Amino acid sequence: MSALLSVRGLTAGYGGPPIIEDVSFDVEPREIAVILGPNGAGKSTVLKSIFALTDIASGKVVFGGTDLAGCDTSAMVRIGISSVPQSRNVFPTLTVDENLDVGTYAAPPADKAETREKVLQLFPDLRKKLNQPAGELSGGQRQMVALGRALMCEPKLMLLDEPTAGLSPAYLERIFDLLLDIRETGVTILLVEQNARQALQIADHGHVLVNGRNFVSSTGKALLADESVRRSFLGGAAA
Amino acid sequence: MIDFINFYLFPALAIGSIYALGAVGISMIFGILRFAHFAHGDLMTMGAYGVLAAAAVIPVYPVFLVPFGMVLAIALALLVDRIFYQPLRNLPTIYTVISSFGVALIFRSLVQLIWGSQNQVYGSGGVRPPLILFDTFRISVLHVQAVVATAVIALLLHLFLSWTRTGRSMRAVSDDPELAKIAGLETEKVVRWTWIIGAALAAIAGLFAGMDTNAHPNLGWNLLLPMFAAAILGGIGKPMGAMAGGFIIGLAEELSSYPWIGDQALISPSYKTAVAFVIMIVLLIVRPQGLFKGRLL
Repeated sequence: MSALLSVRGLTAGYGGPPIIEDVSFDVEPREIAVILGPNGAGKSTVLKSIFALTDIASGKVVFGGTDLAGCDTSAMVRIGISSVPQSRNVFPTLTVDENLDVGTYAAPPADKAETREKVLQLFPDLRKKLNQPAGELSGGQRQMVALGRALMCEPKLMLLDEPTAGLSPAYLERIFDLLLDIRETGVTILLVEQNARQALQIADHGHVLVNGRNFVSSTGKALLADESVRRSFLGGAAA
Repeated sequence: MIDFINFYLFPALAIGSIYALGAVGISMIFGILRFAHFAHGDLMTMGAYGVLAAAAVIPVYPVFLVPFGMVLAIALALLVDRIFYQPLRNLPTIYTVISSFGVALIFRSLVQLIWGSQNQVYGSGGVRPPLILFDTFRISVLHVQAVVATAVIALLLHLFLSWTRTGRSMRAVSDDPELAKIAGLETEKVVRWTWIIGAALAAIAGLFAGMDTNAHPNLGWNLLLPMFAAAILGGIGKPMGAMAGGFIIGLAEELSSYPWIGDQALISPSYKTAVAFVIMIVLLIVRPQGLFKGRLL
């Protein structure tokens, strides 16, 4: 079984002391993998490091057999990785349609109209909002625009930083459902999530970080059942 | 009333279009590169002198020679960006602002060095008789040209920003540079286009300003303040707002010296620039995002 994304011994930060140290894990093709951990564990830093947005001190990231060292973000998008940051993830003065269009610039899909149609089938709510500036939408709708934009370049892998942050419980479930739909289209998803329990229910694998280091990695089901993980990260008992 | 239109309104629209063409560049550069480009006025001067140089060799109406001014201004803008601004891009923007002050002085000194510091008129010189409409309206041909050119440019710029890939990328970078990078947009290409458009429009504005009076080394520098006022009025990062701001400032300046009360000028024409300044300060205090909801400074 060859991994789509392989992270090996990654140590990275933002110029100062490293935020994550010696982090390793694999993401299999067409799976949903989730990175969990307490606040400040370096979860987002892992995603940013994969996407070349941090200073990488050591370790390597291999995507589909290609070492990503030296790749800049536009090169990442071209080889099939797209990323959705946690906040500020739409272009507020651009319309919804323009936001989707911008998603195709770095790596134009073969048939732009067809890709757009596929994306709008995933997010039918956006159809009525196409000509509205994305900044005027609700948080949940903005999240859909952000996911849509990231899908417009037909990525193989999506990196999502807390896609449910700040959303109401109703929207939270819809976003998780959408992630399953997106996986059905053949896209692999690596996400960071605070809502650990729900995330593990849809995830194939989970990787728990503590203090910037690997703590435990296993299948979603196993982690849900794991006593120490449950106690520390899934609530129930006060930590 | 006729006097008002002939001697105040028409010239105000002409000066407004000069401000508009300059302010749109300032606004776009601020939106995308996030710094106040103090060399923009002197870039206009360079454009004006580029045409002057061409006019000395090619004896046609100077407006037809505007491409020479545009090419000179674009080349200089790309050059100073490469040498003086780009290396500072990861530092706080105040460094680039100061750097652009230096570039402004360099441009002005170059003009003095090459063309001298005296006033110069454009080749064919001579004053063209004004257009006379319906036997009552008198309007200078140059002013008509400035206003029409600005209107056409505004329309083209709007279409460019709304419908082309490069235009949309520029708006995306202006909205959120970090997200634009994550989406894989080529920021450096966007920056290049910002300079090309900003400098080209500055050259056109510089030419009209120079032909309206005459070309001199302080031509653009003297226009900088009202252009900044226009850019702020329109909302930083809103090119169409900056255009509108240019016309509003131009009208406010010119019409402030109309004898509204009695037969004395309301405000002496020598205080014109102060009008722009007052508008800018009041706006920064009362409505810093500009009239059209731009970004906060």
